[in-house]
Amino acid sequence: MKQYGGVIKPKTKRAKRFLDNRAPKLTENIKNAMIMKGGNTSMTVTQALKDIYALKKPSAVLYKKKNITRPFEDSTSLEFFSKKTDSSLFLFGSHNKKRPNNLIFGRLFDFHVLDMIELGIEKYKSLSDIKSSKCPEGTKPMLVFAGDAFDHENDHKRLKSLLTDFFRGPVVPSVRLAGLEHVLHFTALEGKIYMRSYRSLLKKSGCRTPRIELEEIGPSFDFILRRTHLASDDLYKTAHKQPKALKPKKKKNISHDTFGTKFGRLHMQKQDLAKLQTRKMKGLRKRRGPAAAAVVAGETSPKTTEVE
Amino acid sequence: MAACSIEGLLAKAEQDEAEKLKSITVQKELDLEFDIGNLVAYDKNRIDIRLFREQKKEDFLRSLARDNTQLLVNEIWKHPTERVEEVIVVKLPEPTTALPREKPPPKPRPPTKWEEFAKLKGIQKKKKTNLVWDDVAKEWKRRWGYKRVNDGTKEWLIEVPETADPNEDQFAKRNKAKKEKVAKNELHRLRNIARAQKIKVPGVGLTPTAQQSKTDLARAVNVAKSSTASAGKFQERLPKEKAPRNTGKKRKFQPVIGNFSNEKQRQLDLLKVMDSKKPRLDVNKAVNKQMREDDREESAAKFKKGGKKGRKGGNFSGKGKGGGGKGKGKGRAGGKGQGPPSGKKGAGKPGKR
Repeated sequence: MKQYGGVIKPKTKRAKRFLDNRAPKLTENIKNAMIMKGGNTSMTVTQALKDIYALKKPSAVLYKKKNITRPFEDSTSLEFFSKKTDSSLFLFGSHNKKRPNNLIFGRLFDFHVLDMIELGIEKYKSLSDIKSSKCPEGTKPMLVFAGDAFDHENDHKRLKSLLTDFFRGPVVPSVRLAGLEHVLHFTALEGKIYMRSYRSLLKKSGCRTPRIELEEIGPSFDFILRRTHLASDDLYKTAHKQPKALKPKKKKNISHDTFGTKFGRLHMQKQDLAKLQTRKMKGLRKRRGPAAAAVVAGETSPKTTEVE
Repeated sequence: MAACSIEGLLAKAEQDEAEKLKSITVQKELDLEFDIGNLVAYDKNRIDIRLFREQKKEDFLRSLARDNTQLLVNEIWKHPTERVEEVIVVKLPEPTTALPREKPPPKPRPPTKWEEFAKLKGIQKKKKTNLVWDDVAKEWKRRWGYKRVNDGTKEWLIEVPETADPNEDQFAKRNKAKKEKVAKNELHRLRNIARAQKIKVPGVGLTPTAQQSKTDLARAVNVAKSSTASAGKFQERLPKEKAPRNTGKKRKFQPVIGNFSNEKQRQLDLLKVMDSKKPRLDVNKAVNKQMREDDREESAAKFKKGGKKGRKGGNFSGKGKGGGGKGKGKGRAGGKGQGPPSGKKGAGKPGKR
């Protein structure tokens, strides 16, 4: 494997492609999520994990076995799993008396834990409870975050970023208009976060933009925010550093004014006004000899005024 | 009259427009923020808790979601669309929310030793074609790889050169040469990687290979001896052990074309040193070194005396003298009868060695 800094070289082209896919790149792959259970889980938690796995398919792995670890205390096991499956998002579900129906959403940077936020499930309705036709798997959902808590409180801001990262799906340049079906709506109210998942029906309205009608499909959660483990500011900043090559190239000499008019700028060489090309008048041509010099001097001045 | 009718027409047109847009307009205090690249909308309006408690929770959330989604869809529909294979798609802009990366951005590969040298000398890479015309087989063959031109190992006839041993196996010789070339290439590749990552590779003799010659083992012993806290100054030598050869600093030569200012500086420094009146010899250090050597000699001689007692009485002194002389190592003339060294003499000693 191209491990240990390239000491072991891959022997097949397929292995090389596999390793290049996992290597750090300029534009990255879609983030994989690993969904795992803790030492003790309740029916609610297992069902919740399965539902979120269904939302996040195919870029998620659901582990069946229980993992006796505590992410908030020891994250080495999580980091090991992330290295094995090349995942940078995780969802850890557990249940104990002190923290019933616990879900820990987290993300990693360079296979080390970046952020972890613990949410407790207070009320939960699974996919199978709500009887309606569902969206096809893998549709890019529209996300809506409502509530001023998502703007004012630090924890909620990070949670917003984490949930966007988790649920946004692949980054695509264009989207089929008829395929905008799935909507995930998060509301932050009184310290609780309500997550609802709807299917949007595009109804005819008088104009081009359709009218939206919603139909509840997917899992609905009532979360309560518990512990958080947020990354330090400098680690957060390092994680956001984009390589220079990705920055869009600025086109020089183009400017826009307030009305939106586009202005361009041309750079010319300095013109020698004495050698300006104007209409040729045979009579004004340069004549040899000292007598001609006086004539020429007299002629050139009216020429320049003409130009101005 | 006409003016009234025109006004009336305009008013009616406006009303119609409003009716049309009624189904898709939503009234909000604060405008939402959108990130269309990610299909996300952020609603910062305060949610009325009383309303929330009055209505049924689900209905309240659903109506809120419907309004927000309507606004988001309105925003999406504002973007340019195009038709791709009978399907209308909307072109999304770049995502604006800054989300952390998965892995740090890739670092450029550090240049190898050859690449650095080529850059210094200004050697450009010459692009070669992959296929070469082979006259023998009358077809295009690869320059390297499977079924290549000039594959030395696949020849069925090798002429034995005149200078070679007639019983030598030329085919085996070629195979061995190829294996050595491959191994050398691998070694250089690993060395480049180690230098790039600044990993210290252990020197010769410390990583034992299958067959280790006497010199290799001796070198390993010397390296082990000098890897103490005082760099081997106080390590005793075994009675018959010879002093290590080829120790001392390996002369490092500066590259021919390199840093010109450095070279100039070095020449000037050398001239300065030659001009100065200060002696370049540290007398203290030299004296201490000499004293230590003498102590060592004496102890070695004593050991020899003690060991060889009662063995061969006749050749006692001769053996002792010869053994003593040997034990002191090469390059040292008349070791025993030294006496207290004077300063100048002591200086002479290290020079001789």
